[in-house]
Amino acid sequence: MNLTLDRKAAVLFALVAVLYIGTGFVQSWNTALSILNMGLISAIMALGVNIQWGYAGLFNVGVMGFTALGGLAAVLVASDPVEGAWSATGGWQILLALLMGGATIAAAITLWGKLQGHKLRGVIVASVLIVGFFVFRAVFDPAVATVEAINPALTGNIGGLGLPIILAWPVGGVLAAGAAWIIGKTALGLRSDYLAIATLGVAEIIIYILKNEDWLARGVKNVIGLPRPVPYEVDLQANATFVDAMQNFGADPVTASSITVKLSYAILFSVVLIALIWLTQRALNSPWGRMIRAIRDNETSAAAMGKNVTARHLQIFILGSAVCGLAGAMMTTLDSQLVPSTYQPLRFTFLIWVMVIVGGSGNNLGAVLGGFLIWWLWIQVEPLGLLLLQGITAGMAEGWLKAHLMDAAAHMRLLTMGLILLLVLRFSPRGLLPER
Amino acid sequence: MSETSPFLIGEAMTGGYGKGADILHSCTIAVERGEIAVIVGPNGAGKSTAMKAVFGMLSLREGRVVLDGDDITALSPQDRVVRGMGFVPQTSNIFTSMTVEENLEMGAYIRRDDFRDTMEQVYTLFPILKDKRRQAAGELSGGQRQQVAVGRALMTKPKVLMLDEPTAGVSPIVMDELFDRIIEVSRTGIPILMVEQNARQALEIADKGFVLVQGRNAHTGTGKELLANADVRRSFLGG
Amino acid sequence: MDFLNAIIALLNFVIVPATAYGAQLALGALGVTLIYGILRFSNFAHGDTMAFGTMITILATWGLQSLGVTAGPLPTALIALPLGIAATAALAVGTDKLVYRFYRQTKAKPVIFVIASIGVMFVMNGIVRFVIGVGDQNFADGTRFLISARDFREVTGLDEGLAIRTTQAITVAVAILAVVALFWFLNKTRTGKSMRAFSDNEDLALLSGINPERVVFITWLIVAALATTAGVLYGLDKSFKPFTYFQLLLPIFAAAIVGGLGNPLGAILGGFLIAYSEIAVTYAFRKVVGYLGPEGWSPEGMLQLLSTDYKFAVSFTILLIVLLFKPTGIMKGKSV
Repeated sequence: MNLTLDRKAAVLFALVAVLYIGTGFVQSWNTALSILNMGLISAIMALGVNIQWGYAGLFNVGVMGFTALGGLAAVLVASDPVEGAWSATGGWQILLALLMGGATIAAAITLWGKLQGHKLRGVIVASVLIVGFFVFRAVFDPAVATVEAINPALTGNIGGLGLPIILAWPVGGVLAAGAAWIIGKTALGLRSDYLAIATLGVAEIIIYILKNEDWLARGVKNVIGLPRPVPYEVDLQANATFVDAMQNFGADPVTASSITVKLSYAILFSVVLIALIWLTQRALNSPWGRMIRAIRDNETSAAAMGKNVTARHLQIFILGSAVCGLAGAMMTTLDSQLVPSTYQPLRFTFLIWVMVIVGGSGNNLGAVLGGFLIWWLWIQVEPLGLLLLQGITAGMAEGWLKAHLMDAAAHMRLLTMGLILLLVLRFSPRGLLPER
Repeated sequence: MSETSPFLIGEAMTGGYGKGADILHSCTIAVERGEIAVIVGPNGAGKSTAMKAVFGMLSLREGRVVLDGDDITALSPQDRVVRGMGFVPQTSNIFTSMTVEENLEMGAYIRRDDFRDTMEQVYTLFPILKDKRRQAAGELSGGQRQQVAVGRALMTKPKVLMLDEPTAGVSPIVMDELFDRIIEVSRTGIPILMVEQNARQALEIADKGFVLVQGRNAHTGTGKELLANADVRRSFLGG
Repeated sequence: MDFLNAIIALLNFVIVPATAYGAQLALGALGVTLIYGILRFSNFAHGDTMAFGTMITILATWGLQSLGVTAGPLPTALIALPLGIAATAALAVGTDKLVYRFYRQTKAKPVIFVIASIGVMFVMNGIVRFVIGVGDQNFADGTRFLISARDFREVTGLDEGLAIRTTQAITVAVAILAVVALFWFLNKTRTGKSMRAFSDNEDLALLSGINPERVVFITWLIVAALATTAGVLYGLDKSFKPFTYFQLLLPIFAAAIVGGLGNPLGAILGGFLIAYSEIAVTYAFRKVVGYLGPEGWSPEGMLQLLSTDYKFAVSFTILLIVLLFKPTGIMKGKSV
């Protein structure tokens, strides 16, 4: 049984590899590697979602938010420090305001607990919150104005630490984990679709914050030119040793430099992916993993046996979200920029879900396979759709309909993803690589 | 059809839920015209299961169910309702968010004729329901809710009424009242088959009693016979 | 102190737009809550169902306009609406037959329905973008204002103007009609009562001879009508853009949950609660407070609690508060 499943996994992974290699031959190796790099990141995101869904049945549709927090981490860790941003009336005051805001909420929560049964509980807690809010705004607003006034065309934000961007990856995981802790604390005790709606909402709010809080990561002015963990193409092309080596090899140095950069990314990402797969497999087969699966298969009896179901769920929710945050930081590293307006739930949340369901929920390798396969399709459906529509419209006269159909090819991918999800869910509900 | 065969009989029923193990073993339950039959027995004896089997809610491997001379073994519960069986489940037996009157209307859903007379009869049987007809059924007391549940089942003008533990979870006073009402329903000519936890009181009003133990018929007889049976008394009537 | 002008400013900038928006949310939330009550899952495709219905209505509106048919002072879209509803109903019923019915028969867990609805969401989203594109579409025609700010100022002699757009008035009127019709149907007709019975207690409804497939069929018809109406009203009031409709999912869910999932009355209440809070919290009260203060005085700052960009955060915060303190919603809803 396990053997046949292993064989099936090998065959499917080989098939996906053929897709990527085929892309290299038919289109270009540059394209193939570009898709591969995002495929690796997608696989990690799918792994994160699978930890939550496959291990614990938690329905998280806030992947986009955690990914964006990872991106924020990249900006905060790796972008250059902004001179003067961390003045007493600037960055530090913002930090102070945020701490005060946090303290207000903490005080409200504590009071709510302490005043159990008190007549004026609601009034007292509400007034603490209202007073806290206005004090927060009084401290926060001028500090934000100060920071945003610093060279707004280029920075106007608190800047970063100027550290190597690889450090941002774990930081992204930690940021996402923190957000997950807050969400989990409030929403995990509730019914499954409430968690879904709560996570959907939090993800939207995180994106709104990124778009509107210019002091943080420049909002819609975007942060571009983040440093890379790998060499730049121009540097490689200027490097005589590299150029000589490539020319001896018979390759065009310009193409070769770009491929070298992409390959370096691919190697970095692969290391992370393999490490995560190894860790998750270890965890799944540990006593902890067995307990987790016991809880998933029968929550009631696990609770009756004295397992703390909510605490375990919180753990898993945080872990899975941290993996998504890590992947988000990696993605921003790959892009070298943070563009909040590109974060769309269909692409960053629901597409990841298609990957997990298609790959095989509960099976880590399945989720990874789904990540590679669906990402490849997501990219390639557009040119394939264009080809298809060219075929259909070939006989048509030039005109409105033809132009419209050609324009519409770009939207084929949503339709295709939906159909794939529905078909797999219906006819192979356990995915391509089912859980053992 | 011979007058001697029971109006409703589940004969030599063997089966369980879905593909699970058998719960009933050649178990026979029946009710005659105009009579009250009760199914009693210790916990886990398969009392409710036997009644559900008669109503078609589990798959029988052996045996058959005959209603008024027709073999209905193959029919779904819904079809059995159409054939004239009224069933009151033990729990979730009313529409809590709907008014008492709407509950009764829903009971009559399969009827296309005018059911106002039937509703009046139900109100005559259970006067309290008439007073509360505009109230949400979920707001009523336990005993009143059971009356709504029975009233709902009566709205189809069933030829036989089946009650699954109608007195579960109500106070002794309410229980006595419910038994009185059940006798009144029976006096209107409807045969009643019911499962009861309160064996002694149930057997007192029963024409016929079936004592089940582990899915099998242990004793069968009139209510009086069973109450007098030393074996029955010792094993679960508490001496 | 200029009390009258303060009230007019409040009406003009908060009450009137919030009432129209609330009516749109309420209609959307009614659809979500009906599906939840009958089919027992949160339909993530609802925003895109609204977008689909609106798209068909827009196409029909354009068709009518090119034929020279208009509704005079009213938007032509009102004539096209029934066509949009019919097409959406066909789509919804077809989707149910192709997708959801299978999971009903296999008694799948609610979360599987939700995932299936995500697939449906992708497909509908794809169809809408495929047919009409991703851009903004403005399809409101007819008279723009019921009361324009200038007329109002001239008639009343006040400094503050009150503008009521035709689309806002129509939104409220149509929403009231739709809600009255829906409640009449649910409370007075045999089919409507059978739907409520099914939502209340499925097993007992089956026992009473209620045909579940028929109930589900009627539910989709009603949901399609509500979703299309909500979508068209929103599009008339603002504009039509597929992505905006997807985003409406959040306030709509919030409204349905805040009101109590599965409770139609709650959905309406929730819709207005969310709409009023969203607009009140993100409105700059400077002008209103300025009128209330002494002559010639104006408050410092905008007196705006949150930037308008955070209006979704408002609905979400209300949602969280309700979930934490009263998970079944203000009016008692279901919890599966």
